[in-house]
Amino acid sequence: MTVQAFAFYLFATIVVASGALTILARNPVHSVLWLILAFFNAAGLMVLIGAEFIAMLLVIVYVGAVAVLFLFVVMMLDIDFAQLRAGFTRFLPMGSLVALILLSEMVLAIGVWNFADIGPDSRLAIIASDVPNIEAIGRALYGRYLLIFEGAGLVLLVAMVGAIVLTHRERSGVRPQNVSQQIKRRPEDATRNTQPGVGQGIEL
Amino acid sequence: MIGLGHYLVVGAILFVMGVLGIFLNRKNIIIVLMAIELILLAVNINLVAFSAFLGDIVGQVFAMFVLTVAAGEAAIGLAILVIYFRGRGTIAVDDVNRMKG
Repeated sequence: MTVQAFAFYLFATIVVASGALTILARNPVHSVLWLILAFFNAAGLMVLIGAEFIAMLLVIVYVGAVAVLFLFVVMMLDIDFAQLRAGFTRFLPMGSLVALILLSEMVLAIGVWNFADIGPDSRLAIIASDVPNIEAIGRALYGRYLLIFEGAGLVLLVAMVGAIVLTHRERSGVRPQNVSQQIKRRPEDATRNTQPGVGQGIEL
Repeated sequence: MIGLGHYLVVGAILFVMGVLGIFLNRKNIIIVLMAIELILLAVNINLVAFSAFLGDIVGQVFAMFVLTVAAGEAAIGLAILVIYFRGRGTIAVDDVNRMKG
């Protein structure tokens, strides 16, 4: 067994096991941690076939942002998780049945499917052997897929604005800073030169 | 030697696990969201495997877009979850049907 095959089976085993523990863990915090492990090992699987950029993206975006967001929400909300698990055994037979049928169908399909001969001319962007992975992705992304790439940026912008709009709330009883009022304030509105006589006070 | 079929099987198992997770944790919307992330991860594994074994970079570009959508979906989903929890004090999705007019 080559080192590559060993690494594949190691990563594949861990990714499947941690995926199973993600959906079976009793505590959602453990679920998130198993999810992070699954992402790390999926990134390892992708490194094995030479997709370094997607692998790093998976670690940075999924582990660094999405999983931490999940962790944040799980820890922020004070939820009675035992009550949420109540239906677990009730849904188990039906869920396992559906999953088993789905899995057996998929494995059957993969088993009988033959890798069709795809001619080099039917591929859209052939990976040249002398071009690094990131450069190849960059060429495709900023060339043929530029508009879709901009669209992806727009999706992220809408998601960001949407998340802020949804969770932002006006709080009453606080005195927030009014920036425009502060900037518009001029010295002559705020100060006054007076010449009070000796022994006299100033009228405010 | 590790071939395309190996990767497809891993992707299939992960996908089915995500579907099973949605079934099992129907009440806990956080785990449901995590199961959706698992499904999208399985899709990405498939895309990257096809891309690598066909020698075509388009699959990896598409995997990136799937990643983008997954990140946006998680952000919006969790934001909705937070405001739902703020109003109800629970995240049990069974009684969301109270939103019916």
